[in-house]
Amino acid sequence: MADSGAAGNGFLGPVAGAGHVRAWLFSTDHKRIGLLYLTCILVMFVVGVLLGLAIRLELIAPGETIMGAQTYNAVFTLHGVVMIFLVVIPSIPAAFGNIILPLHIGAEDVAFPRLNNFSWWLYVIGACIAVSALFTGDGPPDTGWTFYVPFSAVTTTNVGLAVTAVFILGFSSILTGLNFIVTIHRLRAPGMGWGRLPLFVWTLYATAWIQVLATPILGITALLIVAERVLGMGIFDPARGGDPILYQHLFWIYSHPAVYIMILPAMGVVSEIIPVFSRKRIFGYGTIAASSLAIAFAGSLVWAHHMFTSGMSDTAVLVFSLLTFVVAIPSAVKVFNWVATLYKGAIRLEPPLTFALCFVFLFCVGGLTGLVLGSAGTDVHVHDTYFVVGHFHYVIFGGTGFGLFGAMHYWFPKIFGRMYDRRRANASALILAVGLNVLYFPMLILGLQGMPRRYYDYLPQYTDMHVVSTVGSWIVAVGLALMFWNLWRGLRAGQRVGANPWGAATLEWTLSSPPPHHNFAREPVVTAGPYEFAEVRLDDA
Amino acid sequence: MDDGGRHHVLPYRLLVGVWGGLLTLTGITVWASTIDFGFLNVVIALTIATSKALLVVLVFMHLRYENRTFHAMVLTAFVILAIFIGFTFFDTAYR
Amino acid sequence: MTHEVQPDYIGAKMGMWLFLFTEILLFGGLFVLFAVHLSRYPAGFHAGSATLSVPFGSANTVVLITSSLTMALAVTAVQRGERRRTLALLGATVGLAGVFLINKFFEWSAKFQHGIYPGSEHMLEMEKGQAAFYAMYYAMTGLHGLHVVIGMCVIAWVMGLVAAGRVHRDRFVTLENAGLYWHLVDLVWIYLFPLFYLVT
Repeated sequence: MADSGAAGNGFLGPVAGAGHVRAWLFSTDHKRIGLLYLTCILVMFVVGVLLGLAIRLELIAPGETIMGAQTYNAVFTLHGVVMIFLVVIPSIPAAFGNIILPLHIGAEDVAFPRLNNFSWWLYVIGACIAVSALFTGDGPPDTGWTFYVPFSAVTTTNVGLAVTAVFILGFSSILTGLNFIVTIHRLRAPGMGWGRLPLFVWTLYATAWIQVLATPILGITALLIVAERVLGMGIFDPARGGDPILYQHLFWIYSHPAVYIMILPAMGVVSEIIPVFSRKRIFGYGTIAASSLAIAFAGSLVWAHHMFTSGMSDTAVLVFSLLTFVVAIPSAVKVFNWVATLYKGAIRLEPPLTFALCFVFLFCVGGLTGLVLGSAGTDVHVHDTYFVVGHFHYVIFGGTGFGLFGAMHYWFPKIFGRMYDRRRANASALILAVGLNVLYFPMLILGLQGMPRRYYDYLPQYTDMHVVSTVGSWIVAVGLALMFWNLWRGLRAGQRVGANPWGAATLEWTLSSPPPHHNFAREPVVTAGPYEFAEVRLDDA
Repeated sequence: MDDGGRHHVLPYRLLVGVWGGLLTLTGITVWASTIDFGFLNVVIALTIATSKALLVVLVFMHLRYENRTFHAMVLTAFVILAIFIGFTFFDTAYR
Repeated sequence: MTHEVQPDYIGAKMGMWLFLFTEILLFGGLFVLFAVHLSRYPAGFHAGSATLSVPFGSANTVVLITSSLTMALAVTAVQRGERRRTLALLGATVGLAGVFLINKFFEWSAKFQHGIYPGSEHMLEMEKGQAAFYAMYYAMTGLHGLHVVIGMCVIAWVMGLVAAGRVHRDRFVTLENAGLYWHLVDLVWIYLFPLFYLVT
């Protein structure tokens, strides 16, 4: 990576007695595995972004502009599959969870390092299969990322291969979650009680439980689609006693909790960043930690709010609508705590905080529009419209995406021992936030006006908003390009930094930047909480 | 609590006893199925199956001798499974 | 007393239990479907269940429970340092698993001969409830059978480790974890047996 002496390169430097590529690909070092994940995730993210830009470009005018209807179906399916299963779900837990979790709790590594490497390989295999579904068989899948039956059981496109990829990726996700739970239970340093865990660890813990308990349902659903296609099983086919709505139940039993796999770790990142740059202890540590677990639990009770118009019973609509509102409570608890932490803090508007603040704003928009969808009456009106698309992207791009970018900027100096240009980073955050609103807010309006999602064509009266939205996608592209270019420059030629450039109080900042191959020369003994800044000094050079 | 007495060597005799219990319960469930209790048949069959499952989990799988963390984890998993099955009936039972 | 201490014995077992949870929920998805179908088509399930052979199913239950016993005994044996007995008990477990599969093979092929298999003509024109019963039957016993095969491979691999002296009285967590997996396979069958063969 960098060119100077191996001693200053920490874990990025060469390993004794091993070839360079081999030492990375088969590394059992959690920091290296985390970086491998991050690299793959960013590559897939770029693929997903390009597909998204293509979708927006097609929609800039009614009728066919750059692709036909069938291609459009394949492109939005692929955008969904790539972004959900290859980018967003593994993004923060697999990349930053791996790099940071053991450092946060003062451990040498995760509980099962070899399993950790294996789950990265599963991810790579899953990614390869997902991509190969494009070029083999009878064309790329065109079902949308939800693979709803009966269409997914009868379409001639390459659905079988795609759901196989989903199955393997799910397995990879399960193994990561399993590893984290055991790590958090077994490998905390002396003195690191549950009340002293950094909040990022709490969110990873909650996330890991969802990964372990919900992902298998996705696995069996994927297997059943294959059985349906290959064997003609008939479990979801009404003509043979099956029920397609049961498919939706199974699918959402996983996929609703999965959105908490996506958002919870981002909330954890924000909970780390805000106190550091306010130089103030986090407000309500206990409630934030508890609300993470509460979100994870409540999130597994609400799946059927995706199915209000599917024809399920009115009783279920009522129950699931009510429960959906319950999930809003712990989410709001977090937002209030973050704001209270900022209040009267000594705020330094460094790039990580800029991303975190954008996160809070965008997540609020996403969360509140979610309540519009969760209430049964309004959902009938906006179901399967652009309102859903807008809401979802506010949460996932504005939430998870900004959480990921915030994490990248926050831990960048720790991982690479160098600093990027901070003003440029702040600028990229603002461009992204503006672009995101221009891109997705018109979608909320379009949805209320009745524009259905997943259509490649539309009536002329929707043109204006679609044009605005497409322009927004270009602004976002500019912001992303600036951000990545700035980080890349920082990586190559950024200023060297010391151990603790932000003045943070968690354990990873006590190590050199980048951390050495073996995390802690001596096992740390923890005597204070993660947000006690009184003793901490900024170490800038 | 964590490491004390970590090797619970279960006597052969206890294991064989549990096996005998499992076989007896299997016999009872087969016999009970020959009598028509209507819907209660399902309830009886599942109750017996659950007692068998408890025997396997607690003794054969040593859960009885594990610490409280393990107990809480296993309970969590089964509660979540019960929610997944039970809540689906908010739909299918009222359709 | 120990010359080679197991690296985090409790952590390894905790990892295995977590993995078992994923297996339970994998089957859990099918149990969701089964429960719904059973409540919707009680008559069809009654009729379907009546065509399965209770003696065959009971015999398989006894076989599987016994294999669970030999597995549990093997854990005790290895803890006591009785290597040969451990190997014999593990061998018996694999053998019983084989008997279970052979039994299952005869049951399935009998159904196949009557034209009852997924996607067959006969199943397409069958009454809906009964068709749903057979679909669930093949999905669940099929997935369970796959787990039996995997379990056999795992136990055979552990036998190799015991024979090579890499699993012994001071370092047996691999064997214990294989045992946990095998008991789970038994556990699933404990529910499958009454649900398919006896609920009439």
